[in-house]
Amino acid sequence: MSNTNTKDTSSLLTIKDLHASVEEKNILKGLNLEVKPGEVHAIMGPNGAGKSTMGYVLSGREGYSVEQGSAVLDGVDILDLEAEERARAGLFLAFQYPVEIPGVSNLEFLKASVDAQREARGEEAVSSADFLKLAKAACKQVNLPLAFLKRGVNEGFSGGEKKRNEIMQMLLLQPKVCILDETDSGLDIDALQVVAEGVNSQRSNDRSFVVVTHYQRLLDYIKPDFVHVLADGKIVKSGDASLALELEAQGYAWLQPSDEEGQNA
Amino acid sequence: MTDQIDKALEREYEAGFVSDVESDTFEPGLDENVIRRISTMKNEPEWMLEARLKAFKVWQEMEEPDWAHVDYEKIDFQAISYFSAPKSMKDKPKSLDEVDPELIRTYEKLGIPLIEQQMLAGVAVDAVFDSVSVVTTFREKLSEAGVIFCPISEAIQNHPELVKKYLGSVVPTKDNYYAALNCAVFTDGSFVYIPKGTRCPMELSTYFRINEQNTGQFERTLIIADEGSHVSYLEGCTAPQRDENQLHAAVVELVALDDAEIKYSTVQNWYPGDENGKGGIYNFVTKRGICHTNAKISWTQVETGSAVTWKYPSCVLKGDNSVGEFYSVALTRGAQQADTGTKMIHLGKNTKSTIISKGISAGRSNNSYRGLVRMNPGADGARNFTQCDSLLIGDQCGAHTFPYVESRNPSAIVEHEATTSKVSDDQMFLCQQRGLDPEKAVSMIVNGFCKEVFKELPMEFAVEAGKLLEISLEGSVG
Repeated sequence: MSNTNTKDTSSLLTIKDLHASVEEKNILKGLNLEVKPGEVHAIMGPNGAGKSTMGYVLSGREGYSVEQGSAVLDGVDILDLEAEERARAGLFLAFQYPVEIPGVSNLEFLKASVDAQREARGEEAVSSADFLKLAKAACKQVNLPLAFLKRGVNEGFSGGEKKRNEIMQMLLLQPKVCILDETDSGLDIDALQVVAEGVNSQRSNDRSFVVVTHYQRLLDYIKPDFVHVLADGKIVKSGDASLALELEAQGYAWLQPSDEEGQNA
Repeated sequence: MTDQIDKALEREYEAGFVSDVESDTFEPGLDENVIRRISTMKNEPEWMLEARLKAFKVWQEMEEPDWAHVDYEKIDFQAISYFSAPKSMKDKPKSLDEVDPELIRTYEKLGIPLIEQQMLAGVAVDAVFDSVSVVTTFREKLSEAGVIFCPISEAIQNHPELVKKYLGSVVPTKDNYYAALNCAVFTDGSFVYIPKGTRCPMELSTYFRINEQNTGQFERTLIIADEGSHVSYLEGCTAPQRDENQLHAAVVELVALDDAEIKYSTVQNWYPGDENGKGGIYNFVTKRGICHTNAKISWTQVETGSAVTWKYPSCVLKGDNSVGEFYSVALTRGAQQADTGTKMIHLGKNTKSTIISKGISAGRSNNSYRGLVRMNPGADGARNFTQCDSLLIGDQCGAHTFPYVESRNPSAIVEHEATTSKVSDDQMFLCQQRGLDPEKAVSMIVNGFCKEVFKELPMEFAVEAGKLLEISLEGSVG
């Protein structure tokens, strides 16, 4: 089971031999991943394997340096771009711990984000009235009261509300590639379903998802095409959805590479 | 991330141009003779000159205060020119047609058209250029409602009874060093009188512009709201970009008689000096209002300019049930220093005051909140609520809070809340990950932080203030 054997140009996200470090500590040590349009890839793995780092490195967070390798999003090499340029190129990261921006209303934030992305694509800004309609629809879809549009970004939101808010942003921004960084952590079953429905509603032939999770549970709701195990900075095993069940039963220990040839993809 | 924020904070001072206007400017220096000359230029009655000379004596015996959390080179008061007026103003133009077009262009460039047809409907403007008022718009329309809105130099001649009664009644000559100096050498500012039971039909505003080199501007403003009246007033200030410091030492007095309400808003954008603290205005200002029974005074200020700010718009809540409010946004960047806040002096029963202060520090700047809440023995049931928030941008700036609370009445309630936060890397990254560039991100975060204060500004100016903050934060990077 491999999805790295083709050099298909239709690939939406291609990560090749990615090495990256934080504060001079090597975290990613040769990550390879190819995501084709419409696919959902789940990334699982033990704590400290580099799962969140992968999301930050791809989305251009400051403090993460790339030593080697490439990442191409829909034909654009993104590793030299600023964070906002990567976002405008169609990369979306749903945060594990969404941060609050007091006093900036959700609506204002969403409109500014959508406008910035549209402007970068040479499209006209959406009128306030039209945007409000879109935002209301998205708000309803993630099951948040409309009052949340007027509240400050994540200001006083519960953990579940923050995660739903992330999905609302995704719905409005319509990215090409969405990385969900442990979006399921801290969610009860109802919220989990809302999040999963939001993601599923966006699955399409021209959009792909990389779902980082610790738990198989999320994958009951978001059915992945591929499951990868990330350990010690690289993919050590790839499979279909059944791999997640296997991991749930057996843990990761049996996969930990003792040395370089521990890879079994 | 700090680098990015710093870049986002680099700005050009858009009001930094110099107008090519020929001016009559006094030689630098200060003595009794200079004060006599100012008085003569203003065609003042004898009583005013006497008051000035008395104030000058008082000032000479006072010492420059040094308690504020600011650091600057001692001012050489003999190196300042105390009067400067465009030559064209000598003949006292009767209408706008007679005003030097260069002056009108200056204000247009600042976004303040003086031709009534082009103005914001419903806003009357007094334009003060260096030491004189250039024009005051909509005066006829206002006088139909009985409202007097004119330069204070005219009020001294035309409404001496009101000026004599109220000038110095809120800020006495001896109040402080700069107030005493102002009493001696003030040149122009606005005078407002709202008659009993009248709601001023327009927003009133004054735009102060310093243009001439080496001059000080000594603004004097007096607003009297007679019983049951209501007025909203806004002042704006800008100055050219120059390498030397210039002094703006103003005194503003507000009198709210029984049941009256005054809303006073300031958008202060004096030249702040360069990145290294060279040049910029010293803004040493005394502003105070007195509230009689059931009256209300509300100060709102957006302070983004000046090299050094020393300013505490205050309320004396003399009458029972009177209300004082202070809403402030103070942004310092580069090497700017601000020591600003308010005093709420509760004298009457059931008096109420609210203080909302938002300080934003960036660069190597220092931003201090200094506030006094005093509950006097007679202030039964008085209440104060203070909220004091500081936002730090970067790791080289300072935010300081100096709250003073004096309660001499056991039934009075004083609440103080304070927070300090910073624009975090997480916030910046969230914004950028959603496609916003760092400049927009900082400006949005800062605007959000200031929201509670901006909503207090008159509608016409809330947008302007938001924009000003945006300009203040705008970088030269694309």
